[in-house]
Amino acid sequence: MKNITKLGAVSALSLVLGASAAFAENIKIAFIDPLSGPFASTGTNGLHQFEFAADYMVNANGGLLDGQQVEIVAFDNKISPKESLIQLQVAIDQGIHYIVQGNSSGVANALTEAVDKHNRRNPDSRVLFLNYAAVDPALTNEKCNFWHFRFDANADIKMDALTDVIAADEGIKKVYLIGQDYSFGKAVSAAANQFLGEKRPDIEIVGDELHPIGKVKDFTPYARKIVSSGADAVITGNWGADMLGLGKSVIENGFNGPIYTYYAAGSGITGAFGESGKGRIRLISQGGINPIASDEARATYEAFEAKYPEGNIDQSRIFNVIGMLSKAITAAGTATDVVAVAGQLEGMEYDSMWGGKIFMRPQDHQAIQDMHVAVHTDENLDFDYDNSGFGVVTESTVEMASMDSATTCEMKRP
Amino acid sequence: MDLILVNLIDGLVTGLLLFMLSAGLTLIFSMMGVLNFAHASFYMLGAYFAYQISLALGFWMGLLIAPIVVGVLGAGVERYGLRRVHQYGHVPELIFTFGLALLIEEMVQFVWGKNQMAYSVPEVLNFTAFAISGNSIPAYKIFMIFTSIAIFIGLLYILTKTRVGMIIQAALSYPRTVEALGHNVPLIFMGVFGVGTALAGLAGVIAGPVLGTFPGMAFVLGSIVFVTIVIGGLGSLWGALVASLLIGWITTFAKSYNIEMEDVLNSIGISTPENLSDSVFRDFWSLTSPQIADILPYILMVLILIFRPAGLFGKRQS
Repeated sequence: MKNITKLGAVSALSLVLGASAAFAENIKIAFIDPLSGPFASTGTNGLHQFEFAADYMVNANGGLLDGQQVEIVAFDNKISPKESLIQLQVAIDQGIHYIVQGNSSGVANALTEAVDKHNRRNPDSRVLFLNYAAVDPALTNEKCNFWHFRFDANADIKMDALTDVIAADEGIKKVYLIGQDYSFGKAVSAAANQFLGEKRPDIEIVGDELHPIGKVKDFTPYARKIVSSGADAVITGNWGADMLGLGKSVIENGFNGPIYTYYAAGSGITGAFGESGKGRIRLISQGGINPIASDEARATYEAFEAKYPEGNIDQSRIFNVIGMLSKAITAAGTATDVVAVAGQLEGMEYDSMWGGKIFMRPQDHQAIQDMHVAVHTDENLDFDYDNSGFGVVTESTVEMASMDSATTCEMKRP
Repeated sequence: MDLILVNLIDGLVTGLLLFMLSAGLTLIFSMMGVLNFAHASFYMLGAYFAYQISLALGFWMGLLIAPIVVGVLGAGVERYGLRRVHQYGHVPELIFTFGLALLIEEMVQFVWGKNQMAYSVPEVLNFTAFAISGNSIPAYKIFMIFTSIAIFIGLLYILTKTRVGMIIQAALSYPRTVEALGHNVPLIFMGVFGVGTALAGLAGVIAGPVLGTFPGMAFVLGSIVFVTIVIGGLGSLWGALVASLLIGWITTFAKSYNIEMEDVLNSIGISTPENLSDSVFRDFWSLTSPQIADILPYILMVLILIFRPAGLFGKRQS
């Protein structure tokens, strides 16, 4: 009897050890983004897309290397840079080698600095920072480092493509710029001023304004200023609740022109705009879903909808992050030596299922890809957003946008 | 000039909305001596309930039913929560309402998710009432103004002209005497709490379609409501009204006009430093009014607390 107990205890112990060893083999990716507060919806939807992409693209196909599963570990940073650094430390302490983050360039700026510092001091536990949505140009220019990769186009690239479309519209003579008061909002404003000045010097910028991020209750006063400025078009980099609040208010209070945005889709925003935004709201993004680019993308989207009936794939670049990282890990033959993985990511050319090619520029780690300007509508949709019957349809495409744009990045490689 | 009129209307809408929230809060405070941290959460519940009801029965039924449901919930919270905690003093009460606020936010996220809800203005009110030199005033805003004013007049009438109102007022200042006269004071407390939260719910019902219905909506409005009742004077209905309108107009005008700090300082005789870009005060000099619009109410609150600690209409408690 005693022996049996002993045997049981030993086998239980070995089971526990075996299990933890199996867990340790998972390739963990730390997701550090807001999961509570005003921007919770944006963060949570991003998390769902990451979890789905990891399961659908990698784990369901037998994992990476010798069958290792990719696991997304979520950390709530409450959109605060300070909180993010704490979560980064927690993630590193858990032995995680890959950090993904996207919401707020303020957070990304803090993270990239911390990651750089950490990697210099601790060569044994280095981490890579895969940025899927923070688009402050500084991250791949003066603040660039070897550990940071950006999979979205930066604010300059987006604005370059967007102003191509605006410049072609002869009816636009006056433009109003409005954005959130932090590094990204300022970058959008600077880029708009620069590109509009180059492409259409006759366009007058009748307003250039920043408002506090996530704190404005009512956008009516801003809408009044926009209307009374006589603007023909509005350009904004707003996202989350700030995007919806601004857009609704501007439309309700009598503005009749187009609103050019970076992020006015998904996370309930498309549904809440509904009929009022039809044909008015345009957005610049990568990887359009209407029309859908490939059968693979269609199958992926349908599988995603089956799992998250309320969700949208509004950040298809998340699938590119998982796809490119998997390709790099497979090519490097290791998931723990991040220098080798980063070396594979540099200069990688990747065929995205959402259409086009993605080229990770080695000199600044900025992904170069096709950019689309899409319009909010309820016609010709393959997939709508928010189950609302409304979605975004691609109107024009700039192939491999800003492929040869200059960068001030001086990459220091380990 | 036209824009001033438009801004007056916009500020009025913001102010009256704030009033509906702060009226309930200030009543509850004056009666129970408790700052209800969960007040803005009842506002959020109002919006979500109304959205859910409007899906099935339309906007108007939502307007009717949602505040009642919120009020009943509020009364329940007082009866089965606050009243039990009350005997342990004010600090446990504060912590209770604080916890309740967090709980309600989590519950809302659990039931409805974290996305924006597609709660929108009803079709009959979805048109432009009139336009002042290109600035359209939506009919819905006019509706908001009239609803809030009706609520204010109704409250004032009940509190000052009816028997119920007199008992409430008496219970505010001399609860023991009122109890000795045979009135059920705990019931009055429960009623006031219920009505206060119902008012917050009503504010949520009519604000949801314009300001957005999302889990952060209570957080965004939470602190400003407290500022309002501190400025107005804790416990004063008139004070809440005046402070709400004041805040509504101040923030609206500050956002609508780009008043620059440089101009203000120059006009009071301080000249701009020569090499501004090197100056330590560069950020201060380049401030504009829209940037500081949202902290102006807080500055006002600090000034009020320094120069008139009881608030504009408050009576100092002994």
